[in-house]
Amino acid sequence: MRHWLLTLDGTTRFLLWSPLLLLVSVLALTGLHIFVAQARTWVWKVLLGIAVVMIAGQAVLGLYWVPPEHYMGDVYRIIYMHVPQVWMSLIGMTINFGCCVLFLFRKSWVTDSLAEASASVGVYFGAVGITLGAVWAKPTWGAYWTWDPRLTTAAIMLVIYTGYLALRRFVEDPDKRATWSAVLGIVAYVDIPVLWFSVKWWRSIHQEQSSPKTVDSLMTMVLRWSATMFLSLFVVFVYHRYLAAQAARAREVAAPELLPPSSSAPAVSS
Amino acid sequence: MQRPTLFSVLVTVIRKDLLIEWRTRARINALVFFAIATLLIFSFALGPDTVLLRKNAPGYLWLGILFASVLSLSESMRIEIENSALDGVRLAPASARAIYLGKAIGNTLMLWLLTLVILPIAIALFDLSVREGFARLLGILFLGCAAISAPGTLYAAIAANARARDVLLPLLLFPVLIPGLLASVKATGVILEGDVMHQLGSWVGLLSAFNVLYWSLGFALFPRVIEDD
Amino acid sequence: MTTAFEIRDVSKRFGARWAVARLTYTLPLGQSLLLTGHNGSGKTTLLRMLATATFPTLGELTLFGRDAREHRDDLRTDIGLLSHASFLYEDLTAAQNLDVLARLIGLPDRERAIAQMLERVGLVSRTDSPVRQFSAGMRKRLAIARLLFKAPKLALLDEPFGELDPEGITQMEGLIRGLQAQGTSIVLATHLVEQGQALTTLRLHLENGRAVSA
Repeated sequence: MRHWLLTLDGTTRFLLWSPLLLLVSVLALTGLHIFVAQARTWVWKVLLGIAVVMIAGQAVLGLYWVPPEHYMGDVYRIIYMHVPQVWMSLIGMTINFGCCVLFLFRKSWVTDSLAEASASVGVYFGAVGITLGAVWAKPTWGAYWTWDPRLTTAAIMLVIYTGYLALRRFVEDPDKRATWSAVLGIVAYVDIPVLWFSVKWWRSIHQEQSSPKTVDSLMTMVLRWSATMFLSLFVVFVYHRYLAAQAARAREVAAPELLPPSSSAPAVSS
Repeated sequence: MQRPTLFSVLVTVIRKDLLIEWRTRARINALVFFAIATLLIFSFALGPDTVLLRKNAPGYLWLGILFASVLSLSESMRIEIENSALDGVRLAPASARAIYLGKAIGNTLMLWLLTLVILPIAIALFDLSVREGFARLLGILFLGCAAISAPGTLYAAIAANARARDVLLPLLLFPVLIPGLLASVKATGVILEGDVMHQLGSWVGLLSAFNVLYWSLGFALFPRVIEDD
Repeated sequence: MTTAFEIRDVSKRFGARWAVARLTYTLPLGQSLLLTGHNGSGKTTLLRMLATATFPTLGELTLFGRDAREHRDDLRTDIGLLSHASFLYEDLTAAQNLDVLARLIGLPDRERAIAQMLERVGLVSRTDSPVRQFSAGMRKRLAIARLLFKAPKLALLDEPFGELDPEGITQMEGLIRGLQAQGTSIVLATHLVEQGQALTTLRLHLENGRAVSA
């Protein structure tokens, strides 16, 4: 079956342009969701649908269509799950950073809720991504953890953003929570390049264990497919966490609409 | 009355903090012994192999300082929250930025002092020799303490007002400190063992860059933490 | 500039409740205002906003004709707050606590000013005692000393008679009259309505953060 698929030029050509097309669609739908209020009821459902279809496609492509890797055999297939999720985690943290900066310039519950949502989803994908990385490492390098610079940085980032979420949980006043977590989000994100650089340097002094850098073009195509699939899921997850955060804000923040009508103080001499 | 400059406000805050530390010096004594106890525990936990102990001594030393710093930083903020004294200073008026610099520099000095006190103990305990010069060692220790205090003061101010503050401060601080800690440990190690591969400059570079970054961030962001707008 | 402060449609939110809701009031310069209301009525929040310790969520607040948020550093020099919190460092002495403030406001001839102030509030015997050893009444006196040190144009007093014995209350009244004699505008929040009325000419009564007729 595998050989038959490989001889099929159509599949390869399909894989050359379909991830890009799907990516553009996902981004366009996300834009639509952000800018067109009426679209928000149905866009996420379309994105979820795309993701589900792509998951099915991913199963076929990742598990059957693409050939086994030269050195690692079939074990490497986990790369299509592991790598994109770590990317999604980084995207989540970047969106969080953007929201934190924006919030300090202009306070808005939308910005604050999006910050919370993107951090939560970022931590989720990071945790899954790193776990899959450990699962991959065991049969490949013989140990669950190899202090590879990328994974080590990702693991530390995970702890940092868990701390961000912990802070949000431990501050009761919503206004203070929003401001302080914005401060924290900025300090955390700025640490990423410093961390990356230090860990890389630290590891280079000891023996470096290289992860596969040479990725064959067929693998790249499947990776793109998988990345777009996870991006679609990412948007859906963030949207729902955002709604949950907004609902929580609505419960704990007094809305201006609840203010009584204006009154001026009666002039009283005592 | 002439409005004081940022520098004089900064100095006032440092003076005030050092004065309080002096008046409660029993606490500092306890902190020193806590740090020494930590070093002892590492020695026991990690075995009597003296070669190994000497090799890893910089790590143990900095871990001891790190644990002590959490106690030191949270206490430094506790006295400000206690009677809302920080509000009193802020409303004097004193700029939040000056307050940050004052408290962070004060914290750095206290940590550095702590480090200097336990250094001879560590040298004795782990059989260390200072190959690359004492002055350089003191300088590295200072930079490392500054690296802990910059984000530490910012985070301590946040954590002091939150629930679970005793666990929140280390949880927030430790991961962010990793580059600074790494550079401090490596630089200290190189000074103790000798700079065979001329690495000292690079690690000092990383440590300095970390300090510049975090002191700037703290300076920029502290007002948002203590001002209520 | 004829007003000490102007509050226009000010509201302040803490979490799910409005501590102050749509308040409007103007205090003319040099006048004394009595602020009354039950606990939780918004008195402390209002005083903190007037002190620029916190800022309105909605509405405008101007002090001495200037916006509170924008000119906070200049305004704070002329505003004194006596709060439930004492703003004191437990481990410093009375003199040292005042010294910190003196340095922050750039007071000349600090030592003499501190000695005189401690004399004025009756804490000379405690000059070198740490605040930790003080009684509640002594803390109050040191706290008012901090306020007087700044010679503010607007004095905000949140329950100044709390924790004071009758002699202390009389002393506090004297200090307040002293401020009034100097033309200081005063906002006095107290449960002791009679004492308060004796000291003030205007009154603002709050209920649930709103101004109501007393």
